Amino acid sequence: MKREFKGRTVVAGSVQASAVVSNNGMNTLATFQKSILARKKTVVGSDQNNADLFKKEITGKALCLPRTIGSTTGGMVLQSAAALGLAPKAMLFSESIDSIGAAGVILADVWTVNRIVTVDCLGQEFLDYVKDGMTITVKEDGTVLVEQ
Amino acid sequence: MEYKMFLTDEEKAILNGAKGEVMAKVMKSLVMYGEVFNAKKMVKISAPAHFVTSFGISIMKAVFDIMDEINNAGITTIDKFTVDPRPLDYENVKCNPLEKLVFGIMYGKQEDYEEQLRKAGLKDSNAFSCTCYMKEVGNIPKKGDILSWAESSAVVYANSVIGARCNRNSALIEMFGAILGKVPEFDLLTNEGRLATWIIEVRTSKKPEAQVLGSAIGMKVMSEVPYIKGLDKFIGKELNEQAKDYLKDMGAATASNGAVGLYHVENLTPEAVEQKEELIREKAKVYVIDDTELEKVKKSYPVIWKKPDAKPSRCFIGCPHLSYNQLIEWTDRIGKELEKQGRKKVSLETVFTSAPDVVENFKKNKEYYDRLTGYGIKISSICPLMYMNNPICAKRAVVTNSNKLRTYTTARYYTDEEITSIAVRGDISR
Repeated sequence: MKREFKGRTVVAGSVQASAVVSNNGMNTLATFQKSILARKKTVVGSDQNNADLFKKEITGKALCLPRTIGSTTGGMVLQSAAALGLAPKAMLFSESIDSIGAAGVILADVWTVNRIVTVDCLGQEFLDYVKDGMTITVKEDGTVLVEQ
Repeated sequence: MEYKMFLTDEEKAILNGAKGEVMAKVMKSLVMYGEVFNAKKMVKISAPAHFVTSFGISIMKAVFDIMDEINNAGITTIDKFTVDPRPLDYENVKCNPLEKLVFGIMYGKQEDYEEQLRKAGLKDSNAFSCTCYMKEVGNIPKKGDILSWAESSAVVYANSVIGARCNRNSALIEMFGAILGKVPEFDLLTNEGRLATWIIEVRTSKKPEAQVLGSAIGMKVMSEVPYIKGLDKFIGKELNEQAKDYLKDMGAATASNGAVGLYHVENLTPEAVEQKEELIREKAKVYVIDDTELEKVKKSYPVIWKKPDAKPSRCFIGCPHLSYNQLIEWTDRIGKELEKQGRKKVSLETVFTSAPDVVENFKKNKEYYDRLTGYGIKISSICPLMYMNNPICAKRAVVTNSNKLRTYTTARYYTDEEITSIAVRGDISR
């Protein structure tokens, strides 16, 4: 079964990846810092307050979330993760992207070679539907296909 | 690149490379950032910047590379800037050899990074604090100033308590704004963006713990703007030093437990005093906070110590950094508790953190400084969060009264009253 959602392209690109879903705001610093600091080869969520992402692999995934929250280092953390090849392949926001999340994907796009394809405004229905492990296909125009 | 916002001829020229490739990338980042939020134009900043990235973590190579590009192009910020606290202070925050070894690896680029900051326009060697708005530090914007700041606790303070205008900028974006002298105009820079979409009704039986109240608000409203009613009953209608300190700590928790960039407090913060309930949007949601709700929020904090009943090995007080008045209050508070418990010194290694310039001022108050150090307490200007990022330090049982520190590290949260007792007694049992 396949469902299609349409959002706004923030950083355009075509990509396919497995979904990892946070139903609440993702605290970027708290989620990424432990793996990055420990020089791990993949980021595993380390935010004790986010049960959806805690101990789950994020690198190379299609990260589905409402928004990012927390420290203003968040954008730099995302950009560093992208530079190290540790970022998610795509970030898919159900709400309008927040300023820290936007900064992170823009910094990665302008200052590194590893782009994080980003779509926002996908709606609550998208977040309600998508589950961990589903296959996500993102198109250049902001179309997001979700397959079980 | 395609863009919809209005750019002046000069801004277009910069974007097209008239001032070099690096400035073009700085401009492109800011234009893309503005485009996402439907900014109509760039606006001039009117006060010095504050940066969040103060730590030279070796693996942040991508950031050092950007700094190198900026330094090598001879680019500086327009005004001198302040930056968040340094991560290390071996003199006042002791480490064992293994912790020190790990710190050496983690922050091996600290000196190089500070040199990069100096070349970019760092104010001075004391400019390292998350509370740049303290009078001793001197990076104090005026009401209505447009800012290019990051550091979530500083941004929410500047917006809410001072009435300046700043978005919740990320690290690096704030530096680009400070270099260009302009930021895209959207959200908290506009009158519309500063309207409240939540009403918070504080109905507690006593003054709520600032850090728990902020946590509750942040977790509920996330990035929206709350208008807080009923708090002036406890902290007064005058924006004096005590009220500012309370709002500093509450605001830091709203920003770290959620993503609040601006709050209004009825009868107290500048815009709420001027505009009153005109600041509240129609159909604003309502969140009632009473004693039960605060207790529920506090109990929801997970304990991630390996041994939940472990004897704590360190206590951090001052995230965000303590003000001069808070250093005085904490000295008195610890003194009273020592007397109550019949002790002369604290039993737990306790570190108060405050801005370098504030610490220098506090040291001039010989009576209080001697009392505090006599109690066995250390004063440092580090960032406790950066200290706790060391995986060896993260294994320590650390207690704190900071909800921000709790959120980002393994440190365990206690209220001011609880932590005073714990610091003196040396254990967490009641």
